[in-house]
Amino acid sequence: MSVMKLSASALAIAALSASAAAARDQVQIAGSSTVLPYAAIVAEAFGQNFDFPTPVVESGGSSAGLKKFCQGVGENTIDIANASRQIRAKEIQACADNGVSEMIEVRIGYDGIVFASDINGNSFAFTPVDWYKALAREHFIDGALVENKLATWDQVNPDFPAQTIQAFIPGTKHGTREVFEEKVILQGCEDGGFLQAMLDGGMDEDTAEAKCMTIRTDGRAVDIDGDYTETLARIDSDKDGIGVFGLAFYENNTDKLQVATMNDVVPNTQTISTGDYPVSRPLFFYIKKAHIGVIPGLKEFAEFFVADEIAGPDGPLAQYGLVSDPALAKTQALIADEQMMGVTN
Amino acid sequence: MSDTKPRAASLLVQNTRTRKRNAAETRFRIYGRLALGLGIVALILLLSSIIGDGASSFRQTFVTLDVELAEDRLDRSGTRDIDTIKKVTTFGYAPLIRNALAVEMAGQGIVIDGLSPKDAADIISKEATAKLRNFVIANPDLIGTTQSFRFLANGRIDGYYKGRVTLQTAVLDSNVSVEQLRLADALKAAGVLKVQFNRGFLTQPDASDQRPEAAGLGVAILGSLYMMIVVLCLALPIGVAASIYLEEFAPKNRWTDLIEVNISNLAAVPSIVFGILGLAIFINFAGLPQSAPIVGGLVLTLMTLPTIIIATRASLKSVPPSIRDAALGVGASKMQAVFHQVLPLAAPGILTGTIIGLAQALGETAPLLLIGMVAFVKEFPDAPPDGFFDPASALPVQIYNWTQRSDPAFVERASGAIIALLVVLIVMNTVAVILRRRFERRW
Repeated sequence: MSVMKLSASALAIAALSASAAAARDQVQIAGSSTVLPYAAIVAEAFGQNFDFPTPVVESGGSSAGLKKFCQGVGENTIDIANASRQIRAKEIQACADNGVSEMIEVRIGYDGIVFASDINGNSFAFTPVDWYKALAREHFIDGALVENKLATWDQVNPDFPAQTIQAFIPGTKHGTREVFEEKVILQGCEDGGFLQAMLDGGMDEDTAEAKCMTIRTDGRAVDIDGDYTETLARIDSDKDGIGVFGLAFYENNTDKLQVATMNDVVPNTQTISTGDYPVSRPLFFYIKKAHIGVIPGLKEFAEFFVADEIAGPDGPLAQYGLVSDPALAKTQALIADEQMMGVTN
Repeated sequence: MSDTKPRAASLLVQNTRTRKRNAAETRFRIYGRLALGLGIVALILLLSSIIGDGASSFRQTFVTLDVELAEDRLDRSGTRDIDTIKKVTTFGYAPLIRNALAVEMAGQGIVIDGLSPKDAADIISKEATAKLRNFVIANPDLIGTTQSFRFLANGRIDGYYKGRVTLQTAVLDSNVSVEQLRLADALKAAGVLKVQFNRGFLTQPDASDQRPEAAGLGVAILGSLYMMIVVLCLALPIGVAASIYLEEFAPKNRWTDLIEVNISNLAAVPSIVFGILGLAIFINFAGLPQSAPIVGGLVLTLMTLPTIIIATRASLKSVPPSIRDAALGVGASKMQAVFHQVLPLAAPGILTGTIIGLAQALGETAPLLLIGMVAFVKEFPDAPPDGFFDPASALPVQIYNWTQRSDPAFVERASGAIIALLVVLIVMNTVAVILRRRFERRW
């Protein structure tokens, strides 16, 4: 009875106040924690330069943000979802089921994924093959899968120092993990000829790829489910550790971390935008088209986000570590015309 | 043992059993002190690490500059039309600050080799342009004059005076150079750059990742305050009414037993569950806005209610039945007996329970995660009642947010916010203890 009474009274208050709640006048954004700092920088500048209030930016991850985005159309749903990966077909379907059939996909730029270790430790020049060898759970040797027993980096590659293998990689809930597996581990598996060897050994392609991307679980690779700050703290306490970071995070902590090269390319906004540095991914946000014109400032915010002075190579986002998109002009036109997804590409 | 054989029962000499019992007591006292000592050591470690990291956030490095509000940059038309002035974005104000710093450096005779004017201006916070723009929009008449401003210094420069950045780390740091630190030192010697008390930490809103020096707790404090008002206004009357009914009027049967079990159970439910409930009921069903203190307050009310009900029932129970009997005996109705006699005697206990419940609610983050309050909110909410529906942050949420930021200056901010939260909690708990001491009656 008490619980019923509680919810009844709460509902009464809610019903009363719902009528009092005026139309929402600020843009609401949720999604990827990788995009969050960029969105916050833009939101802050937007609030300071326009007569619209500063948008509210929530984090929580790409999947959680897109789920919220797809809850429906209306003032109590969010207007923009940030994502560090492209929306999936399943999510588009979920959106459509709830009436969110029209959305604009905006690519804001690229995010580099870098490997960094303690500033006073050894330097590394990695190739994807090294990472595959070091972190794969099983190696395919002489026609059979053998458990990975490598313990130090010099066993992986004789050029490396005899440092214990200890990697801090993003946990499976992070979008970064997917990129790490596909662009580093799987790539290494292919480059080193291991994938081909498995296929020749009679394995079908899906199984072979899955085997390539299975990470060892004997403690050499530690999943970090928190943020990069946690990875940094782990490296701080374990000097042999090598962590996976976003480029922006590394650029803000260059006094504590040294970055490893990949295929002899040093990661920076330059090498990532030209594609020389291989491990990067596009960052997106999705705008609910039905909210344009209803929520004041939504379109202006989106246009401001991809304006040259913000997302361009000299803007504050690039300064923070975003790799600006060479095709930014196309994106700007896309928002100006409110072009929906699937129309352009 | 002495040579003489101890007598069986002397009051002056302890026998073996007494000695054993006394020794056991001494041992127990030592264990007690050890336990207490461990607790105190843990507390001291925690406090010293937080205060050591965070106390510096209440002081901040400022640079005072005379800025010429050049007409040719801010209002070329010369009409002082506010819409024309607003067209100049914050980026357009950066050259003004760059010039002002160059003038100041020339005036003081400061020359730093290998430092471009742009890099020199980078020792001033990016927040400065916004401050300047707001000032000009508020006072368009002053365009063309020179005004003195106190700007925040960049987070790295601030870190230099707090020991976070040194000349050695600056060599490796891509966000600050040794030349910039030299310039800061020269400006400090000239009295232009000062480390002063930072009121903005408590009054200013959050800032984005690029300007940790400007980040403050203003919105978070206001949001927490609004939520506590909602919780107090709802949880106290509902909780007290429910417990008075259950304790004094309700029949004792299987149903009330069931309710009692459920209330105790609710008190132990993880707080995230209330967040899920809040999202489903208040936002998705009732259509309340996201990130609003009203929703946060409602969710925390649900969470606090069991605590208040349990505390209120306990203090009602502790009022001796003789008081009720006496009131009923002189002809008072049951309600009169409860409201005139029992409730005033139980009030200190109820208040204590309420304050402890509020303090618990103040420190909660998990339920706010799902209703959108764990967010970057820069805009202050309006005054109540409208402000209850505006987006806001909360103190524990702000701490959580800051620990995730990449700039090391936010570590200091987070610890500073913890200090602020701890101070509020200490005040609340002290009030609870004082109230209990002063008004509690024992029978």
